[in-house]
Amino acid sequence: MLYNYKASCSTDKLQEIRQFIDDLLRQHGLSDVESHKVVLAVDEVCANLIIHSHGCDANESIEISVEFKTDKTTVFEIKDHGEAFNMAQYKEPSLSDIIRTKKKGGIGLMLVNRIMDKIEFYQSNGYNVCRLTKDFKKQ
Amino acid sequence: MIEISTAEDKEYVCISVGGEVDASSSIQLDTTIQNAVSDGYKKIMIDCSGLNYISSAGLGVFMSYIQELEIKEINMVIFGLQDKVFHVFQILGLDQLLKIVDDEKSAKGLLNVI
Repeated sequence: MLYNYKASCSTDKLQEIRQFIDDLLRQHGLSDVESHKVVLAVDEVCANLIIHSHGCDANESIEISVEFKTDKTTVFEIKDHGEAFNMAQYKEPSLSDIIRTKKKGGIGLMLVNRIMDKIEFYQSNGYNVCRLTKDFKKQ
Repeated sequence: MIEISTAEDKEYVCISVGGEVDASSSIQLDTTIQNAVSDGYKKIMIDCSGLNYISSAGLGVFMSYIQELEIKEINMVIFGLQDKVFHVFQILGLDQLLKIVDDEKSAKGLLNVI
């Protein structure tokens, strides 16, 4: 099953995006705790795009798709036309650096890395795509 | 939607955080903690029993105070986290860096207030 959602680039939309993802995951039998984590990972990617790639410009938008595969993996794709993210240049900060410098950047992606099984960034048909894969067999 | 209220005592302040703390609402949590610190409180309780969701923006707020609280010798205790929310703190190991207890009674015990 494939589900799609489009949201304008305003942080006010994050709550609606979370609700969309949570509803789908719960319909597919995930527990409250498990759904919560996955919703968080998607929220982090969307928040990064809305704030950093689109400067919270509500005239722009991001598109989210969720595909439940028969092998129990679920693929989340977040697509936009903003500035592409270069994963190769991302260096995970240490917690002590974040505490010392009070710079909060990077925590979101740390969470996504720990929650999801696979994270890919690529470009396709003029879109930047962030593809997150979660394997629910591993639960 | 975030809901924040504060209850002040002579000795301590209790900040109640409810609803959802995300990229759009974390600033309100930040401002409230900052006010408690500026007011000179040495004991701060954060009641999270009504908190349903926290993203990295909210975690980042708590992390950004760790050093300042240490330098100013301010004791901050978080309590009442729902399991799913506590788990988010655990993913990054923040449960080891922040003082987190189960309930108000334990928080008061740790802060040595009645």
